[in-house]
Amino acid sequence: MKKNFIERLLPIFALLTWVFLFGIMLILFIEGTPIFKSVPIFRFIFGRHWYPVHEPPEFGILPLICGSLMVTVGALIIAIPFGLGCAIYLSEIANRAVREVVKPFIEMLAGVPSVVYGFFGMVLLAPMIQKIFHLSIGLTAFTASVILGVMALPTVASIAEDAISSVPKALREASFALGANQWETITRVVVPAAKSGIFAAIILGIGRAIGETMTVLMIAGCCAVITPNFFKPVRPMTATIAAEMGEAPMGSMHYHALFAIGLVLFLITIGLSLIAERFKER
Amino acid sequence: MLRLKKLGLLILIASFVTVYSSEARKRPNTLTITGSTTVLPIAQRTAEEFMELHPKVNISVRGGGSGVGIAALIDGTCSIADASRPIKTKEIATCRSKGINPVGTVIAKDGIAIIVHPSNSVKELSLEQLKAIYAGEISKWSEVGGKTKPIVAISRDVASGTFEVFKKLVLKGGKTKEDALMLASNKAVATAVVGAPDAIGYVGIGYLSSDVKSLVIEGVTPTNETVVSGEYKIARPLYMYTNGEPKGLAKEFIDFILSEEGQKIVEKVGFVPIK
Repeated sequence: MKKNFIERLLPIFALLTWVFLFGIMLILFIEGTPIFKSVPIFRFIFGRHWYPVHEPPEFGILPLICGSLMVTVGALIIAIPFGLGCAIYLSEIANRAVREVVKPFIEMLAGVPSVVYGFFGMVLLAPMIQKIFHLSIGLTAFTASVILGVMALPTVASIAEDAISSVPKALREASFALGANQWETITRVVVPAAKSGIFAAIILGIGRAIGETMTVLMIAGCCAVITPNFFKPVRPMTATIAAEMGEAPMGSMHYHALFAIGLVLFLITIGLSLIAERFKER
Repeated sequence: MLRLKKLGLLILIASFVTVYSSEARKRPNTLTITGSTTVLPIAQRTAEEFMELHPKVNISVRGGGSGVGIAALIDGTCSIADASRPIKTKEIATCRSKGINPVGTVIAKDGIAIIVHPSNSVKELSLEQLKAIYAGEISKWSEVGGKTKPIVAISRDVASGTFEVFKKLVLKGGKTKEDALMLASNKAVATAVVGAPDAIGYVGIGYLSSDVKSLVIEGVTPTNETVVSGEYKIARPLYMYTNGEPKGLAKEFIDFILSEEGQKIVEKVGFVPIK
């Protein structure tokens, strides 16, 4: 009887994750779509001006999308080489003792709360970058990219490491038997064999960087401008939602617009996760 | 039989939950306060003092923002909503439709000081110059008597009550320039200005420190006295909203904040007492 009861309960827990996911999606749709009644969806996504509390308000999220993309790309430029390097070193080159010391540290890096990263970026990194590059302010897309890169690094490193170490040993032995040295084996055999897992790692790293909120809120500077310059402040979507949700009157256009940003962000991250799943399966 | 037992258990749990929640709502010595993060330190410190004086009373204070507070008042999940701005007409309409009559009590004033780096040679600005700086019409310090450096304008995020007041009193409803930084807290603005010699920002008077220089605006230095007397122009009242005139415990608590002792706390946490 008891076992039966618990066994029946377990699928409910599993189903709950679906309930949550669809609940979130539903709320985002219900609360987000009303904005498209007053602002056409095209103007919302490609509008270049974000003045939500001005009279009359302007809801164009292109600068916010660009802000998110910029810090994410910046973060990837840092996280991919370091993360992959780390993964290859740990699974192919490092001996067991080193691996057992280093791997937990990488995982600990993933456990540092984002507000701590933000604080670190604000009081230490931003003034440093301001001084080194002679900027008038250190809160820039570059600063945010560096910190986000460090934050995405453990995700990329640990998933890529899993992928690389699950490459069958026989492949490596065959490569050595053919006379390839270790470097050739890594670049020509192991990494290509682990390609799909590495892609999944990178895509999850993107998801980590694009969804990060607290850190970018604190250090990206938050100017809603479209700029190709990494040494200028930018404003990612997540920071906008976090900064403005508290004071937006419930049911106002601003409120719905913030939910619509959430919806855009949600669709992006869901898309990324689906792509990552695809690669992982291979 | 077993099924019946299960059903009985469920009913028992359900009745516990309902009894407990309605109990919590009915308990006369519990007060829930939600709202503006600006008012939060005042509400928190005064609540602590108040509970010390009245040990049986339990006050829970939450932040979230003025909009969140008023929404909670409408939903009936708080008895006092803190707000750093007067209630909006749209919110009043929602209140009316739910049969709620929001009444605001001014409990303190918040002066907004304009801050620059201590090394900045500019000491004074007019409201017009300030507006032009934030609108992007003045972009170099030399245009207001300083060095030939570009001005880095730092603003609060558009949803903060501080921004709303700044927009109303300084920008007169105008826009900030697009490349103004929009930071999420008074502390963040102060920290940014401390680190950037060419920056200008604005914070609540309570956040002034010796690391930054506050500017004289229209010939008036921002101090408690000039805010209360109304000479200093960039200041706003802070409110506590209740459903109808405050009564019972809510009235006792608001009266306590308005008392001499309460107003001392207001000053201690960095705001301007109204008396």
